[in-house]
Amino acid sequence: MVDPVVASRLQFAVTTIVHIVFPVMSMGLAPFLVYFTWKEIRTDEPRYEQLRRFWTKIFAVSFVVGTVTGIVLEFEFGTNFAAFSTAAGELFGGPLAIEGMMAFMLEATFLGVFVFGRERVSDALYFVSSVAVALGTWLSAVWILIANSWMQMPRGYELATENGQTVVHLVDPVAAYFTPRFTYMYVHMQNSAVLSVSLFMAGVAAYHVFRHHVWGYSVSNVGFWEAILKIALVALLVTAPLQVVHGDQYAQHVYETQPQKFAAMEAVWDTERYVPEYIVAFPTSPDQLTDPRAKELFGLGIPGGASWLASGGDPDAEIRGLNEFDTEPPPVAIVFWSFRAMVGLGFWFILLAFWGGYRWWRGQLLEDDLLHKALMASSLLGIVAVELGWIVTEVGRQPWVIQGVMKTSEGVSPGLTGAEATVTLVGFVLVYTTLLALYTYVVARIIRTGPPGGSDLRTLPDDRPDPSMPPTEVPADD
Amino acid sequence: MTDLGTLATEPLFGLPLPELWFALLFAMLGTFLFFDGFDFGAGALFALREDETERETVLAAIGPFWDGNEVWLVVFGGALFAAFPSVYAGLFSRHYLLMFGILGALILRGLAPEMYEQRHDAAWQRWWGRAFVAGSVLAPFLLGAFVGNWLAGTERSFTLVGIVVGLGVTALTVVSGTAFLRVKTTGEFHDALGRYGPPAVVGYLLAVVTALGALCATVPGLRAALVSVPVLALVGLSVLLAVGYVLALRRDYDLLALVASAALTYGLVAVVALALYPAVNPVTGATVESAIVSTLPLNLMSVGAALLLPLVASYFVVLYSAFRGPAQPKEGY
Repeated sequence: MVDPVVASRLQFAVTTIVHIVFPVMSMGLAPFLVYFTWKEIRTDEPRYEQLRRFWTKIFAVSFVVGTVTGIVLEFEFGTNFAAFSTAAGELFGGPLAIEGMMAFMLEATFLGVFVFGRERVSDALYFVSSVAVALGTWLSAVWILIANSWMQMPRGYELATENGQTVVHLVDPVAAYFTPRFTYMYVHMQNSAVLSVSLFMAGVAAYHVFRHHVWGYSVSNVGFWEAILKIALVALLVTAPLQVVHGDQYAQHVYETQPQKFAAMEAVWDTERYVPEYIVAFPTSPDQLTDPRAKELFGLGIPGGASWLASGGDPDAEIRGLNEFDTEPPPVAIVFWSFRAMVGLGFWFILLAFWGGYRWWRGQLLEDDLLHKALMASSLLGIVAVELGWIVTEVGRQPWVIQGVMKTSEGVSPGLTGAEATVTLVGFVLVYTTLLALYTYVVARIIRTGPPGGSDLRTLPDDRPDPSMPPTEVPADD
Repeated sequence: MTDLGTLATEPLFGLPLPELWFALLFAMLGTFLFFDGFDFGAGALFALREDETERETVLAAIGPFWDGNEVWLVVFGGALFAAFPSVYAGLFSRHYLLMFGILGALILRGLAPEMYEQRHDAAWQRWWGRAFVAGSVLAPFLLGAFVGNWLAGTERSFTLVGIVVGLGVTALTVVSGTAFLRVKTTGEFHDALGRYGPPAVVGYLLAVVTALGALCATVPGLRAALVSVPVLALVGLSVLLAVGYVLALRRDYDLLALVASAALTYGLVAVVALALYPAVNPVTGATVESAIVSTLPLNLMSVGAALLLPLVASYFVVLYSAFRGPAQPKEGY
């Protein structure tokens, strides 16, 4: 039988890794939907109505799946991490309760109006509902990240012992809830959500544009997809560079406040100065894949780079090695490789953004096959990068559940049996795999069916007809 | 260090905050059980109607509302976590499989209508229709079982009292679901729905009386609290409300029937709260006073709730008035 601690941790990992996909989609889509709704109402152009209706479908299904998987997380603190919940409830429960009342309620009620109510309410109220939904999704992240940032960087508390158990008491709410970490996490998370959705939009649009302009299918709504491609590129040009610049500052902050996590991100075991940054790192043996040590890897390193980045400009800065900490290190391989993959993706997104921006500027946006292929291949990579970033954040904090205060293994429910935890773990793996498959199926279907309303408003002349291909895209049955 | 004044030491305005939060928690639970309850009930009635247009109407009736309604459960869970952390942790971890049963049922109920609308082939809709019904019936049943076990102070997740309370809560959702769908429909479907209300309300009353009897017999500690004036008065009031509900349905006062079912729901959670008080988790012997969070977070939460809950109420007013009147199948986006 599996140890309840291991099973609970795996289960929490599975349920959060799946859940975060849906908030990323809804938080990232939210500003676009506000923009489309605003333009639809102000300009009365059917194009914006099409855009709003099409992306609202994807938003709505993301929101539904996000709701049902989100409740699971709120309950799991109690079911699987009862000791953590009892000890830290005083600081941790409040933000979750406020999130429900302030954010989730706003989002869920106005979503009803936004999704079903276009014909029922005035333009003004309809626009207000789009703003309320967007605000709700973004406020939700505020409270969740306030709770999480406190676990990364606990402040404003006192420890006490009650009934033989260590309990955390809130003494300074301002210090506890507005740790500097919160701002870093919030900017990084929200920007990554918009970035991920921009990549998704660009990939989907590139698929249709590519079919039309390269394969010679006559995609009836190609003007719609071209519009999406351009909107997505604008968003990408803003968010991709910001993510990397801001991420660099965030990493410096981690170096200052969670040195053990930082050492794991860089796989530094012995405390040193003048630590190189490996831009490209290759394991030369399977051992190095599972147990990376920066000094032994074969890679392209910038001398003093890691020290320079960590300290914000001093190549001679000291990085404390993992051997120097009293607690066991986090799983270094997971943290080290996830961090590298995330940063690599971040640079790739900048390249994509500038590539697309350049082609657009030269008026060649629709002709660059390679760009379209790259965008299609990258459509889900934003979400992958978010997952990797959260893995660095959460796995990198181990063995602590509250950094320096409580270990994850001490937080698990005391009465939980291995059998119970295994049953639900297996159940979640099955249910969530199905859930992801169904979500993918539904979103793919929405994309294949294309925008509602059918007829395109700016049908392009069929410049490259291919007689062997079907003349028009037939939307899927229904 | 932020200067907090008396916020850290004195309850806000000298109010009895622990008791107020205990009451507020049950009010939140009742709000969830009423609002999402009529969605669950609509899901149960979905099983009893074969006609495709009727089924589409049921889905259209709850479509704009269920998500906001379900958030009351999130708010209840969050408030329990924040106000009585050890009770939240103790109850949820003790009734481990039951909690995941509830979550599973809620996943089915939330996902199924979304899937049902995706394709219009018969087999697909048959299976997602079944999933929708299963989720809608299981969620209140398991939630009722959880509440029954909580009150009985049992360590086990599957008990007789739990099952009876679960059946009662499920019947109660059919009571409110019938009234809700009557408000949202017209014509033949509206008239046909009327006959589901009376048996459901009778079943509910029987379940409540059975559960109270079983609790008196098996949990001696609860006897005094249950055989008391307020509880007996609430039971009597419930019988009157049930009669009023049936009469209202018969005369097509559907909104009145819906209000009666809301009163029945709040009456049920009031009975649970009265029977528990001053305990909040009988298994550990935790009381409202002993399990309440410290003064500072409690004060902060109280300010938050006092500011936010009226806003939430206003969102509900906007939502329900935007979609007043009969539901139209095929509405949306």
